[in-house]
Amino acid sequence: MTSTTRTKLEVRQLDAWFGTTQALHDIGLAIPERAATAIIGPSGCGKSTLIRCLNRMHEIVPGARVSGQVLLDGEDIYRPGVDPVQVRARVGMVFQRPNPFPTMSIYDNAAAGLLLSGGRRSRADLDAAVEHSLRQAALWDEVEDSLDASGVSISGGQQQRLCIARALAVEPEVILMDEPCSALDPIATTKIEALIHELKAQYTIVIVTHSMQQAARVSDYTVFMYLGKLIEFGSTERLFTTPQKKETEDYITGRFG
Amino acid sequence: MDSESLEAPWMAARPTVRSTVPRRRNVGDRVFRLLTASFGLTLLLVVASIFLVLCYQSRDAVRTFRWAFLTTSVWDPVAREFGALPLIYGTIVSSLLALAQAIPLSVGTALFLSELAPSWVRAPVSFLVELLATIPSVVYGLWGIFVLVPWMRSYIGPALSGTLGFLPMFSGPNYGVGMLTASMILAVMIVPYITSVAHEVFQAVPAAQREAALALGATRWEMIRLAVLPYGRTGVIGAVMLGLGRAIGETMAVTMVIGNRADVSLSVFAPASTMASVIANEFTEATYDLYLQALVEVGLVLLVVTVVVNVLARLLVWRVAAPAGGGH
Repeated sequence: MTSTTRTKLEVRQLDAWFGTTQALHDIGLAIPERAATAIIGPSGCGKSTLIRCLNRMHEIVPGARVSGQVLLDGEDIYRPGVDPVQVRARVGMVFQRPNPFPTMSIYDNAAAGLLLSGGRRSRADLDAAVEHSLRQAALWDEVEDSLDASGVSISGGQQQRLCIARALAVEPEVILMDEPCSALDPIATTKIEALIHELKAQYTIVIVTHSMQQAARVSDYTVFMYLGKLIEFGSTERLFTTPQKKETEDYITGRFG
Repeated sequence: MDSESLEAPWMAARPTVRSTVPRRRNVGDRVFRLLTASFGLTLLLVVASIFLVLCYQSRDAVRTFRWAFLTTSVWDPVAREFGALPLIYGTIVSSLLALAQAIPLSVGTALFLSELAPSWVRAPVSFLVELLATIPSVVYGLWGIFVLVPWMRSYIGPALSGTLGFLPMFSGPNYGVGMLTASMILAVMIVPYITSVAHEVFQAVPAAQREAALALGATRWEMIRLAVLPYGRTGVIGAVMLGLGRAIGETMAVTMVIGNRADVSLSVFAPASTMASVIANEFTEATYDLYLQALVEVGLVLLVVTVVVNVLARLLVWRVAAPAGGGH
């Protein structure tokens, strides 16, 4: 965690709506490269909406729209002519509930992204990529002998790591995680958190969490949001020890939320 | 999506265990239970009696022809020869040809409705598709005679035999009426059933599945291939089997355009007959008892074929049923 870290994603004057309801107000934020940034805040504060704006997933909800800029390596992903499909291949996502494809095997789930857009590969190539991503997701040792088993035959925690492997396989630069542990038990949660620690050496990670403890454990930087506005952003250590805004202090000391 | 709740009424009618504890008797519940149980039993009795009556009314024909009834292909009432093979062949081939045309059309329409159509298009189009199911069979038959048969004779038939005529399937004389024309009418008739069920199946695919695919960088088509189609596979097979069941039993429209000749021909242009069309056509002309009995036996075979197809369909749906779970 150095202060000279390069910015990977920069959010500028971002507003987001669902129909006529404004969910995000004028968000500005610079997310550093190869670090974990946590987004915390009470339910309904817009943290999930914000993360879904970072890979253009917000707009797939009917009636949802966005204005402002999100710069990925300095290029606006909302510029006209940018293909959201290309953005999503560079900015992967892991969801709240594990969502492996239920009709596919573990192997096919891990390989799913690789077979998109005519990505024809030799079998050996594919095998290597699947093994690599399953190892990265710390799942290989547990499923090595049952790669042909259904993607939903394993435990919830394993399914979530399979989803992480599936996202890693397409070699994204950024991984967005939307409350990835909220459907998991404490042991599975610990494994995912350990994984985040390892992955942030290589990837830029943005994680939404409703747990302040989790944010404190896994992240280098923390964003606090309230009522659709960004209240405070800073290094996790600084934000939790010496919050500068009253709302932040009230939230992290448990006075509301 | 399981509509098989027919067994519920009499399942609920199991006798209750007698207990020594004094209890309040709920007369309303007892009456309701008896009533629903008797309705359920009535349905069973109807099915059983149809089967028994068909067996009884065809007993002489069964005794006379034995298995030859199913394996010989001469259906000649004048010579008192009754081999139902051409009719069974006609029913199965016309139904399968209909499915071959209806499946892509229906699944495509259902995908368009659930994945691509803007919402102001969706409602009217799905209403129109369902309206197709309410058109009486005989009206389809008339449309077939006045529109489809001339088209078949002047355009579709010549185009097919001109390009694919080297296949036995598309050779031979084309009269306009025949197996292919009948299958086209059948296809139009079963499209609404398959489409509306498949549409519901695709709509039931969880958003989490679609988002999983999109977040990997899938295009809309890749999302359909990765998330929607595999998730809906079982339901679509069920929808197709529903359509097949209807195609097998359809009578009026088929009788009007199939040409009614009891022959086994490889050419889809040749006139043919189905079990249902022969019964409808010849029942009033059955001048002697054995002829009538042979027609009833055709009805019996049709019933058995329908039941077998439905049982196979259910087994197939069980076999490929997706494992439960996997996001919401």
